Formats: sequence, C-alpha cells, structure tokens
Amino acid sequence: MALPVYAGPLERTWYYAYRVICAAVFFFLIAPIVVIIPLSFNAEPYFTFTPEMLRFEAAGYSLRWYEDIINNEQWLHSMKNSFIIGILSTVVATTLGTLAAIGLSRSELPAKSFIMGVMISPMIVPLIISAAAMFLFYSAPFGMPFALTQTYTGLILAHAALGTPFVVITVTATLVGFDRSLIRASATLGADPVTTFFKVIMPLILPGVISGALFAFITSFDEVVVVFFMAGFEQRTIPRQMWAGIREQISPTILAVATLLVCISIALLATIELLRRRNERMRGVTY
Amino acid sequence: MKHLLKSASVAAVGLAAFGLAGAASAETLTVVSWGGAYTKSQVEAYQKPWMAKTGDTINSEDYNGGLAEVRAQVEANNVSWDLVDVELSDAVRGCDEGILETLPLDDLPPSADGTPAVNDFIAGTLHECAVGLIVWSTVYAYDTDKVSGKPTTIADFFDLKKFPGKRGMRKSPKANLEFALMADGVPADKVYEALATSAGVERAFKKLDTIKNDTIWWEAGAQPPQLLADGEVVMTTAYNGRLFNAIANEGKPFEIVWDGQVWDIDLWVMPKGTKNKKRAWEFIKFSSDTQRLADQAKYISYGPVRKSSFPMIEAKMQPHMPTAPVNFKNPLQNDFEFWADFGDELNERFNAWLAG
Amino acid sequence: MTTADGTPLKVALARATRRSKIRAFLLVAPLLVFILITFIFPIIHMLMNSVDSPEVQEAIPATVAELQKWDGTGLPGEAVYAALAKELGDRSRRAEIGRMSKRLNYETAGFRSLLNATGRKIGGAKAPFKEAFIAIDKDWGNPDTWKVIKNAAPAITISYYLNALDRTTDPDGNIVQQPEYKQIYVTLFLRTIYVSIGVTVFCILLAYPISYMLATLPTKYSNLLLILVLLPFWTSLLVRTTSWIVLLQTQGVINDLLVWTGLIDTENRITMIYNMTGSLIAMTHILLPFMVLPLYSVMKTISPNYMRAARSLGANPLVAFVRIYMPQTVPGIGAGSILVFILAIGYYITPALVGGQDGQLISNLIAYHMKQSLNWSLAAALGSILLAGVLAMYWLYDRLVGIDNMKLG
Repeated sequence: MALPVYAGPLERTWYYAYRVICAAVFFFLIAPIVVIIPLSFNAEPYFTFTPEMLRFEAAGYSLRWYEDIINNEQWLHSMKNSFIIGILSTVVATTLGTLAAIGLSRSELPAKSFIMGVMISPMIVPLIISAAAMFLFYSAPFGMPFALTQTYTGLILAHAALGTPFVVITVTATLVGFDRSLIRASATLGADPVTTFFKVIMPLILPGVISGALFAFITSFDEVVVVFFMAGFEQRTIPRQMWAGIREQISPTILAVATLLVCISIALLATIELLRRRNERMRGVTY
Repeated sequence: MKHLLKSASVAAVGLAAFGLAGAASAETLTVVSWGGAYTKSQVEAYQKPWMAKTGDTINSEDYNGGLAEVRAQVEANNVSWDLVDVELSDAVRGCDEGILETLPLDDLPPSADGTPAVNDFIAGTLHECAVGLIVWSTVYAYDTDKVSGKPTTIADFFDLKKFPGKRGMRKSPKANLEFALMADGVPADKVYEALATSAGVERAFKKLDTIKNDTIWWEAGAQPPQLLADGEVVMTTAYNGRLFNAIANEGKPFEIVWDGQVWDIDLWVMPKGTKNKKRAWEFIKFSSDTQRLADQAKYISYGPVRKSSFPMIEAKMQPHMPTAPVNFKNPLQNDFEFWADFGDELNERFNAWLAG
Repeated sequence: MTTADGTPLKVALARATRRSKIRAFLLVAPLLVFILITFIFPIIHMLMNSVDSPEVQEAIPATVAELQKWDGTGLPGEAVYAALAKELGDRSRRAEIGRMSKRLNYETAGFRSLLNATGRKIGGAKAPFKEAFIAIDKDWGNPDTWKVIKNAAPAITISYYLNALDRTTDPDGNIVQQPEYKQIYVTLFLRTIYVSIGVTVFCILLAYPISYMLATLPTKYSNLLLILVLLPFWTSLLVRTTSWIVLLQTQGVINDLLVWTGLIDTENRITMIYNMTGSLIAMTHILLPFMVLPLYSVMKTISPNYMRAARSLGANPLVAFVRIYMPQTVPGIGAGSILVFILAIGYYITPALVGGQDGQLISNLIAYHMKQSLNWSLAAALGSILLAGVLAMYWLYDRLVGIDNMKLG
C-alpha cells in the first residue's frame, strides 16, 4: 500500500487525497459514537457542548445523568428486562441453532436448501413485518384463549426466533473446516454420540457457538420493533425506553445510557475478535 | 343528549349485573393512562386516596393511546387492563365494536347538593361505555423570547409574514383541520358542517398548505413543549396541560393563545371481560366524584367534567383551565361522531398530503 | 453380495443411509419446529389476515343470503329490508355490527354513522321496511349503498390489496384509481425503493475506498482500522440514531460548530434533521458496515500481483484499477448492495425518529395501521407486498452469492 518509488506527481497527489478520503469516511463512521460520550457528562441539560466543557473546566462536567439512571426505577427495570430477555432468548437460540447447524453440516440431510431457507427467514423478513405478524399471532396463538403478547415468555420466544439465524450461520461456518473423521475416530474408540459431542465436537466448534450466541444476544438486546409491538409496560427494555425518551423527552440521561451501551458493545466486540483470532490460529480457516 | 337517555336504560340493566360491591378484601387493579404529568395527577388525586381507603394495590401503566392493545387483549380473551383512560372518539369506537363493558351510569354518586350525576356531568361527557374525567384542550403557544409581537388569534398561527418562524403541529388531521378552517374565517360552530363537504376539506388543506413547509410534526404530547424549548419551533399546537407544566413548573417563557381552542374529554373505559369488573367500577365511581375531580385540578390544568367541582378549584389554577371564562371565548368541541365517521378517510388523506 | 448376517449389501446400505438421514433430520427438527411455530405461522397468519373479510357475513348473515338473490339493478326487494331490520335491531349483535360498520366505513366514509343511526331507530319500525329504512336515511334508497354491502360480503376480499396499491372498487365492482388526494401507498413504495437505492449507492461510494484500504494495509494496521467499522456495527441502533439527533438538530453540535466558526449566523441554522436528509445520513451510517464487511472480505482475496502485472505491462494506474481490479470486486459489491438494500427497504426505527414528514417510508405506514388506525388487514396487505419484494431480492442474493456464503463480522 506504500507509495511506489516510480509514482508520478499526479499519483502522489492522489495517494494523499485518497488517504484523506478514507480518514473522512472512518471519521463519519466513528464520530457519532464518540461524540455522545463527553456529552453524557454534561453538567447542563443540553445536548451540545457548553463553553465550560470546551474550556475543560471541572464545573462543566458532572455525573448527574448517570445518577439519574441509578435513581430512576424505570431505567433500572428496563435494564433488568433487557438482560433477562436477552440471556434467556440467547440460551434458547444457541441450543436449537447449534444442534441444527450440526444437522445441516451433514451431507445426508434431505431438502437442505429449503430447511436452510426457513431457518434464515427471521433474518431476511423486515422486522416491521415480523413484529406485526408476531403481534397478531401471539395475541391468540392458534386461536387459543390466552395471549403471549405482553408476557416475558412471548418476547423471549420472539427474540429467540430472531436470533437463531445468526447461530446457525456462525456455527455452520465453523463446521466447514471440521474434520468428520474425528467423529468416526471417537466412535471406534468406544465413545457414545453424547460423549463425542461434548468431548470432541463441542471444544472445536465452541468459538463459533460463542460468537453465534453473542450475535443472538445483541440481536435481542438491541431489538426494539418487536418489543414496541409486543411488550407491555412491564416488559419494557432499554431500547424501548430509549425510544420513548427520544420521542417524548430527550434528556442527557439518554446519552448516559447510550454511553453505557457503547461500553457493552466494545466488550462484545472484543470477545468476538479474540474468538475469531483463536479460531484462525487453531485451524487456519477464516470466516 | 340522546345517548344519555339510552345509557340510562342500559344502566338499569347493567346495575343488576354489577351488583353493589361491598367492602371486599384488598384487590389489585391495573389502571392505564397517558403517562407523564397527567398520570401523576391521577395518581395523586385518585389512586393514592383509593389505596389509602381500601388497601388495594393499583398498578399504574402508561400507554400511547389508541385501542390496539385493548382490542388485542379482548380478542385473545386475556384482559390484563382493568381501566383505561381514553379519548372520546376511541370510547365511542370501542363501544361500537363491543370491546368495552357498558357501565351502569345511574350508579354514579350525585353531587353534594343532591344533583344526580347525569345532570352534574357536563353534557356529552357520559357515554354508555365511558365516564368522563377531564376537559383538555388543544391550543397553540409561542416562545415570547423568539416571537416579536403578540399573536392573539388562531389566524396568527398561520400568518408567517407577521410572525415568522417554524411551526409545530400534531401529525394528525384531528384539530389541525379545524384550526385551519377557523383561521380561514369559518366560525367555530360551522366548522364541522364545512368539513363534512369536500369543498370544506379542500379549503382546510389549502390553508394548511400555506405553512406546510415551515412545520415540524409531533406525535407524543410531551414533544411540543420540548420542541419549543429546544428552539426547533417558535410556535406550536399542544395540549394545554403539557404547556402548563412547562410554564408553571419549569418556568419556560411560553404564552398560550386560547382563541379557537379545540376541546375534548378523557374518559375511563373498561375493556370487556376484565376480571375485576366490580372493583374497577367502584374505582370509577370514586375517582369521578366531585372531590377527586377537583383535587386533580391541583396538579394539572385540565378542567373537571363535573359542574359541582368547578367552585372547588384553587383560585391560582382557575385562569389555566380551558373552561375558564376568559379562555373559553371561542372554543370548539371536538366532534367525535364526525371523527368516528371520517377519521379513517381524513387520516389517509392527511398522510397522502404529508407525503406528497 | 451380502453382509455378515446375510442381508443384501444394497439393502443394508439403503437402511444405513436412511438411518443417517433420519439422524441428521432429528438434529434439525427442533429448530425447524420452533421457527415454524414462532415465526412462519405468524407470517402465514398475517397473509391470511390481508384477504380475510368475515365482518359482514358474521353480522348480518340472513340479509346477505337475501342479497344474493338481488340482481343489482334498482333497489333490492322488501325481503332484504326486512332481514336487515331484524338483524340491525337485534342488540345482542352489537359487537358484530360494530365490526361490520368499521369494515364498510373503509369502503365508504360515513357508513358507520348510517348503520348506527339506523340501528338505533329501526327497532321500533314496522313493515313495510323499505319505506321505514328510506324514512330514516335516504341513502337506503340508493342502490349503491346495497352494492357496497353486497361487494363486501364474501369472506375473501382483495380490497385491502387494492387499497394498498391506491386502487378501489366502485359500487359496480370495477377496479378504479383512488381519488388523487388519497393516493399515498404507491408513492411511498416508490420512495422506499428510491431511498433504499440511494442509501445503497452512498454505501458503495463510502465503503469502496476504505474497504480497499483495509484489504491492502498490513494486517496489524488493518485490524485496528477494522475496529472502526465493527464498533458501529455492534452499537445499538437507538444509540446511533440518538447520536445523529444530537449532531444534526438545529441547536445541535454541527450547527453550533458552523455558527461558532462564523460560516453561518445563528438565525440561519441549517435544518438537517426531521426530513429526508436526516433519514439518508443516519441510514447510510447505520448500514455502511454491512457494505464494508462483504466488500473487504472479497478484496482480501484479490492478489496484488494482477495490478503489478498490469502496471508493468504499461497500463496507467487508473486504467489498471478500473479494468483489472474493479471487475474482481463485483461479487463483493453485489453481496453488500443486496444486503444493504434488503435492510433499508424494511427500515422503520430511524425514519420514524429522524425522518420528519418527507422521510417516512412504507414501514412507518404499516406501523401506523397496526398501532393507530387499527386497520390490521391493510397493514397486512402492505406488509405482504413488501415481503414479496424482499423475498425476490433474497432469491436474487441466493442466485448471485448463495445463502451459504453469508458472512458475519
């Protein structure tokens, strides 16, 4: 990528212009995320930098919006909801998704592309349609006289469905490099299928399973359209609460919450990155 | 008046079904309302005294209006909401669709001087499925720091030359079409007559056209005071209670213009099939009595629907009520029958107009 | 040939294959059943909702049966009026009649109050009912009123689809355009497509240079820069939308900056949000990583030797790039474009929060009909049309890229 020695003046100009363009695009990507972090420490209820902040005076900064979150029952409740719904739907999605991915990786499976299509569908169908359809169906599943709307169960099922495609895709990708003779080897050595699964298959596909699970978790954690349709007040999650905040009263509390969410994203991203590198190292397979 | 008479006959039947709830053991009620300052006023004026009196627990939930949730709950036969605070047009629609309980209105307590409830409630605030609570109003307000001069009429809202700057309006034809016609010179009592004709609708949209490009559209009641405070608009329509909250409690330099106010009411309704029917009815009776309605006016500037509550409102709140004589000079009552009939059609047209 | 226990080898093989087929299927089955119940059935249920029209049949079955005998010319006979009088007057049918009023009001505004007023008065009326009806409202003497009821009576209707395409039926059953002032959905479908194409093009323009940089830099630098792409990818949609509000609003960071630098004065702050511009900027930002990642993974596989060869054969850098390098990146552009386009076409949250009046897309109308107007069937019809479009794109994606090649992160 370095400038070749034989480059002419035009090429030289372009070389630097190109770097400036790239820097601008990277800036466009990251600036909006970075800008809210200092603003969340604003001492004033404004959405913009105050003169005190620009002079880096201590008086311009405060933790009041973070205190707001801690003292606000609704925010705390919605955080609890987000984690409960996120974790439980991830467990469901990861279990079912991993089994299915192992099944899908077998060449004997009939109607493979049809099955794959069905399993990927929650990722393809626009969320607004999924949400509307789920709302109508879950309010009286199969015409039965009970409702899954406005319940935790309903939301967990819905989010699990939305998260499974990610698990299926990541685990399937991991299985591409999987050497099937290992399973036969394990069987000839006398291991039953369950032992084989936990002692041989699982350790090898674990990175894929974990990154699939993280994808499923962030899908649920981030999801607002289905929550918007299906959740009652009791089940409000963080994004739903943020939505209400943006719609109704924008206060810097939202920026404080946003900053916390950015920290969570960084943690998830770091985990995924580490897993990916470990996986590459272990098998020389990229995905 | 005709539905009052009808509801009286329904009430006679309903009363037998409801029975008279005795002092049962403590129960839990789920009461749903619009959130923010409004729900807070209800919690202070109705819920807390009721809980103190009966030992019941009341879960207070917020929603954004509309009947979607109520309908879904009733159709699934899984009703978790006991009482919902709705607008009149939704009460009428829900009643027509049969997703709301009919209420024994004759059982409502009379006023202190013995006037029966039917006469004590302002005409049009009792419905066979709903009991009125407050009169609220859509008005417009401006930021005195940003607007030079003094807008006084609804026509001034549409006058960009005299009062330049961005406008805020609710993203709905409701009240906006009425404002437009009044601003265009149609007297308040002729507005719905005009809107029932296509020429009238045309005229209203023409008037809205004049400010379309300078308007920001809001959806939730809390948005317009925020838009004013942020300087995104200099003038906006809003619910008077939200404006009162911003002016009185947050000290914002806003001024309300009451000319051409479009007033409406909020009512309690009971989704059909609620498990706590008797208790919920007792709570309706309690919360809509003279004292409770007068109490609520301490917390928010929405007027009570009972005439007997008027004299009990604190003097300092009086001038903020939509029904105060000085504010009530050129009012228009929102015509729910009109909106129930033409709401879908006009909403569609309004959406098309916005998108075009 | 036989196996040790005497079974023919062919049979044994077939049996073993079947067994392993079943075993593979059993692994897949739990998720398949789960997705079918929690996801596919709801979608099918919604599709059915879009053609479902039971209201009239449920409310006034006897009248509908009598109406079937009417030939559509002149007014129907007394039997129809008598049947309707009986059914409208029956207060135990209130809920059904309420739902029918709502349904018929979609066809002709004002039908609801016509039925309400008639229902209140017809209970006390006596035969002949035809005259009684017309005395209550002269609309009952108009054959069109009856035609509307008759047309809405069948249990399956396409009227919601017609409505979703700005069409309607006149009383005689012909499909006609909606009056111009009510036409909105076709405009919005087209706008949704234009916006999605616009966002896709912006994404290609922005993603191409940085993907190239990521693919050509040494790994230790590119991994660092990749984080700048992945962090937005992993950050909540709501967070990013909030950021754009903070940046773009009239009293926001960018306007403040412009005022502070003296480029604009404070009276002329630029409106960048609550309109189409805001929608486009925020959507491009949110979808950009979905373009960068596939493009990057394709570019990484392109050997730099082709470019070197072209250069050494005398091509100038631009020609070499356009003729040699770019054609090899087409699969990446294709994959990224379809991904971005599919996501953009169903976007709801961002346009709803920063779109203002002219930034609304078809999804916002679907949400409106679900939550506010309660016309669920129309929402379902709009959703089905959108879904058909997305599935077509998906099919294209499968043909061009293959589902199995879908990559994440």
